[in-house]
Parts: sequence; structure tokens; C-alpha cells
Amino acid sequence: MNRIDRLFQEKQGEILSIYITAGYPQLADTVPLLEALQKHGADMVEIGIPFSDPLADGAVIQESSQLALRNGMKLDLLFKQLEGIRPAIQIPLILMGYLNPILKMGMERFLERCRDAGIDGVIVPDLPPAEYEARYLELFRTYGVHNTLLITPHTEENRIRRIADLSGGFLYLVADASTTGMRNIIGDHQMEYFQRIHDMGLPVPGLIGFGISNRPTFLAACKYARGAIIGSAFIRAIGEPGNLSLDQKVEGFIKEVRGV
Amino acid sequence: MGKKVDDQGFYGEFGGAFIPEMLYPNVRELEERYLEIIQSDEFQREFRHLLRDYAGRPTPLFKAERLSAHFGTRIFLKREDLNHTGAHKINNAIGQILLARRLGKKRIIAETGAGQHGVATATVCALSGLHCIVYMGALDVERQAPNVKKMKMLGAEVVPVHSGNKTLKDATNEAIRDWINHPVDTHYIIGSVVGPHPYPDMVTRFQSVISEEIRIQLEEKTGRNFPDYLVACVGGGSNAAGAYYHYLEDERVRLISVEAAGLGVDSGKTAATSLLGSTGIIHGSRTLLMQDDDGQIEEPYSISAGLDYPGVGPLHAWLAKSGRATVFAVTDEEALQAALLCTRKEGIIPALETAHALAVLEKITPGKDEVVVVNLSGRGDKDMETYIDKLGI
Repeated sequence: MNRIDRLFQEKQGEILSIYITAGYPQLADTVPLLEALQKHGADMVEIGIPFSDPLADGAVIQESSQLALRNGMKLDLLFKQLEGIRPAIQIPLILMGYLNPILKMGMERFLERCRDAGIDGVIVPDLPPAEYEARYLELFRTYGVHNTLLITPHTEENRIRRIADLSGGFLYLVADASTTGMRNIIGDHQMEYFQRIHDMGLPVPGLIGFGISNRPTFLAACKYARGAIIGSAFIRAIGEPGNLSLDQKVEGFIKEVRGV
Repeated sequence: MGKKVDDQGFYGEFGGAFIPEMLYPNVRELEERYLEIIQSDEFQREFRHLLRDYAGRPTPLFKAERLSAHFGTRIFLKREDLNHTGAHKINNAIGQILLARRLGKKRIIAETGAGQHGVATATVCALSGLHCIVYMGALDVERQAPNVKKMKMLGAEVVPVHSGNKTLKDATNEAIRDWINHPVDTHYIIGSVVGPHPYPDMVTRFQSVISEEIRIQLEEKTGRNFPDYLVACVGGGSNAAGAYYHYLEDERVRLISVEAAGLGVDSGKTAATSLLGSTGIIHGSRTLLMQDDDGQIEEPYSISAGLDYPGVGPLHAWLAKSGRATVFAVTDEEALQAALLCTRKEGIIPALETAHALAVLEKITPGKDEVVVVNLSGRGDKDMETYIDKLGI
């Protein structure tokens, strides 16, 4: 069974997914970060494939991507780093990246390498649902890799249902119409949107992302969805200068969000 | 087939709308409404009125006698440089501001490289009383100071972009991010035939007034409404798309697209996108772009800030790939010499972008009775510093 499906089967609430940028802060940090995140209680990790032109991302993730590229990160190298991480890493892993580097590798080759590395799902923000359905859905099924799709507060109801039907593993609820890391609060209109999605009784579980940065926003999100995704706040936390090791930074961050 | 956009927004294999879900409502609204709006009589009346009385259209088609004698053929210059704000960019800016008003938008954003599109957008925003924000790479803000001052005088807010390489590509990314963050009240006036569908087709339609006029003017001047050669420079490709539009399916007309070779096509410092690029996704469109083996988009180089875009509009990718257009690349040096030649032979100082189109006259061999139309897309005022410096004037 796909590890994402198993996670949602086994855990009903407060699922915490953390976004990292591959090759950030240091080129070789990808795997140690995965180890630390698993050890300290992240339920799932989204590994960002750095891209020169990440147009859905705010300043924090843009900068981490640029630094990762300067560090020498490439998609091919990322797959090499991920070789052999299973079974030591047991939590579900998702690759999140823009379409161009994936197409450059070739979608089928990319999915084949995902399967071989034990990647459970991918998120490609600039691959539209219709294009995915028409061109790639069968390939994703062949390789057993989920493609998780996004909805926003402005997505209309019938489109939400269509996207939810197509979305693999879970549905990514973008909390606000924004790029990543732009908002740090969950306001009333978002609560209303989360409630609306919750009440639709969609066939896939939802995770809320964009604007989740700490324990209060995490808990607010968990009231309406099975859990939440934290990206920019985590990237900022591990990028801060100081004497703490990467493992200690991860531990401190997860503990704060978990409230332990 | 495929030379004009299909209903999915594709020109052959190129085009489409590869956008994140956050942009879907905005792009969808445009896609659903743009044709109905711009084809309405009421819109066309106002658009035509502003093109005539505000922009100064029709622009002349000028028989360049001394250049014709020099090259031994019949050369006509389509004088887009005589438009208000100095280039063809105003055609699209007028069209899009009228569209934005009909969509009820209150806030206008734009990207700009050299500043020509930024100035055109700031101009129509001043005319319409709409708030204007122009994203411009921090490097370009420094390099194009006079245009920055113009935009500010026109009341626009100019936001320097510090991400990426701080040039046009990054300014475009930042404008798209702004649009994601303002999904309801904002219209994004893209300056070229790039971006997600329906932008390439919409901008092409607004620019198509150029080929519409060429047809009429050529008929008057030569007794024939088409040229043998139609030459235009291509960065993103809006002036070329406008000059080609009515001739796309007329195979008698050889379309000559001129890209910036920078220091040379193989120098690594170039913007010859169609010649060097491969298929990929940039700014929501599948097209030819310059990228490395990891799929990272590469920063192009040209002496001309209006041509250093790493992609090309999907229409141009299709024209190049299908062989309908012939693509040439012209170096910085060749463009500078062509600018000087045009200035000395015709008393017209062209923009550096346009100078690339003129330089191709050295590379093609039209017969003495054949007709060559060069789209003189912009004037050289903004480039005087470069000309003085590089030509030792």
C-alpha cells in the first residue's frame, strides 16, 4: 500500500507534513533532514525540487531554491541522494516541483525513478488537472505514484469535486489566495472556506497548506482538515544562523508545533 | 493549420495554460470573456478611437529609398516608432486597459524589461485613472533609469525585483506572484505574446492592427497588398506577431524572425531562443526556451534589453518549428552597425531591438523588384547612451 494512504488510514488528525528544499541549507542536508524529521515526529515530508523560476512561491522558498541550485542541486542528484533511504525512512515522501525540470527528465523516467527511490507522491503546482488527466494519469497509476492536486478559496464547487476525484493521496487545500509564506494567520474567511470544504464530504482527505507556520495556525487548520503542511516557516527556522545543529533545529521546530 | 490558436490555447504543440490553481480563476475569467469583449462593436469603437487619436495611428509605411538603393531591393519601413510612447507596445496596452475596465478591475500590474512596456502601461493607466504597479528587475531599474523616471512621473509605482537574476524573466515571475496574491481586483497587462492562454492570442490580436495597416498601405504604394519578405525582431515576439498576423496563412509572404545572438549564437552569451532553445514550460506556456540539462531556465544575453527573454511566444515557437518563419540571429555588433546605417541613410534612429531586424537585410537576398517590409518597432531615444558608447559617436 502507498505510504500516504497508509498514513491517512492509521492517523485521523494532526497530521504534520513538512516541506524542505532539496539541497538546502547544504547540498548534502537532504537525507539528514529526512532522518531528523522522522525522528522528531513529522508524519510526512514534501521534498522541494529547486527551480530557477518558482512562480507560486514567496521569498523564503525562492531564496532556499536559489541557494540549493547554487549548492549544485539537480533533479538527477536528488534521486541519487534518495537511493537506499528506504527502509530506514518509513514516513511517506512527496516530491514537490515545477513542471519544467520534470519534463526535461521526461515524465515517465521521472516516475520510474520516483518508484525506485520509494517516493509515494508528487505535487506539481503548474501541471493543470485537465492536462494531468489527459496526458499523465495512466503513467502515474502504472508507477504507483500519487499526484496530489491543489484547490484554493476561489476554486468553484464543481471544480473542487473534479479535482478531488483526480487528486491522489490527499487534497492540498491552499489556505489563502497567495504565494507560499505570505500569510501567517488563519482568518475568518479561511475558516469559512475550510468548513465549506469539510462539509462537502469529499472522497479524499485534506491537508491545509500556505500560511501554516506554528502551533496556533497548525491547530486551527487541524480543526477542519486531517492536518497541515508547513513550508516557509520551517525553511526559515533551519536557515537561521546559530550554534544549533540541524537535528536540534528540527527538534525544536517540531516540538513547538506539536506542543510538547 | 495551427498557425492561429486552437480553442485549448495551442499553436500546434506550443501554448496552453500551465498555471497553478491559484491563478486559475483569473486566467479562466479572461479566457471566457476576452473574445466576446474585444469583438464587440462598442469595444472596437473605443479601441480604434484611441489608436487613432491617442496613439497616432495609422503609422506610416515609408519607402526607404536610400536603404533600398543600398541593398538593391524595395524596402518599406512600418513606422511603429512613431506611436505615442515610441513603440508598438502602446497598441497592446490600450487594448488591455480597455479590457481591464470592462472586467471591472481596479488595479493594474505589468512587468517590464527595457521599460517600454512599463511606460506604455503607466501611460494608459494615467489615461484611465487606474492604479499601476510595474515590476522591473533591479538590474534593469539601474540600466533604464530614464524610463523608470517616466513611469514614476506617469504615477506608476515601480517595484524593483531582486529575485533570480533581477531582469525581465524575474520581473515576470514577480508580476505573476502579485496576481496570485490579488485574485479579484487586479488585471495583469502582459507586454508580449507570452504567458498562459489567452495572453498570446489576445496580445497578438491587439498588435494585429500592424499587419492590417500594412495590407492597405502596400496596396496603395505597390498595387499589391502583400510583401515578399516581412521582417521583424523577436524577443517575446509581440511586434512580429502583430506584423505577421494577416499574413500567417499567406505562403507568398516569407516571414523573417530576427533574434538577438548577443555575442554570437555559440558564445554562451546570447538570446537566440528559437535556434538554441528546447521545448519546455515558461511563464505558463509550453514553448521553446533556453534551459540547461536539469531544466533550469537560463539567463539570456543581448545588448538590447527588449530581446533578452529566455523564451519566445508559443506562436513563434510554432512558426519556427514548422518552418513557416525563417529565424535569423543577429549579434550585438551587427545590430549596432545596422542602427547606424538606418540613421545615416534614412534619418531614423531605431531602437536597438529594431536594429536587429534591420541587420538581417545583410543576410537575405531579395530580388530588385521584390518588396521587403521591416517592422520598425521602436525608436532609439532610450538607447542613445548605448549608441554613443558603442559607436564612438
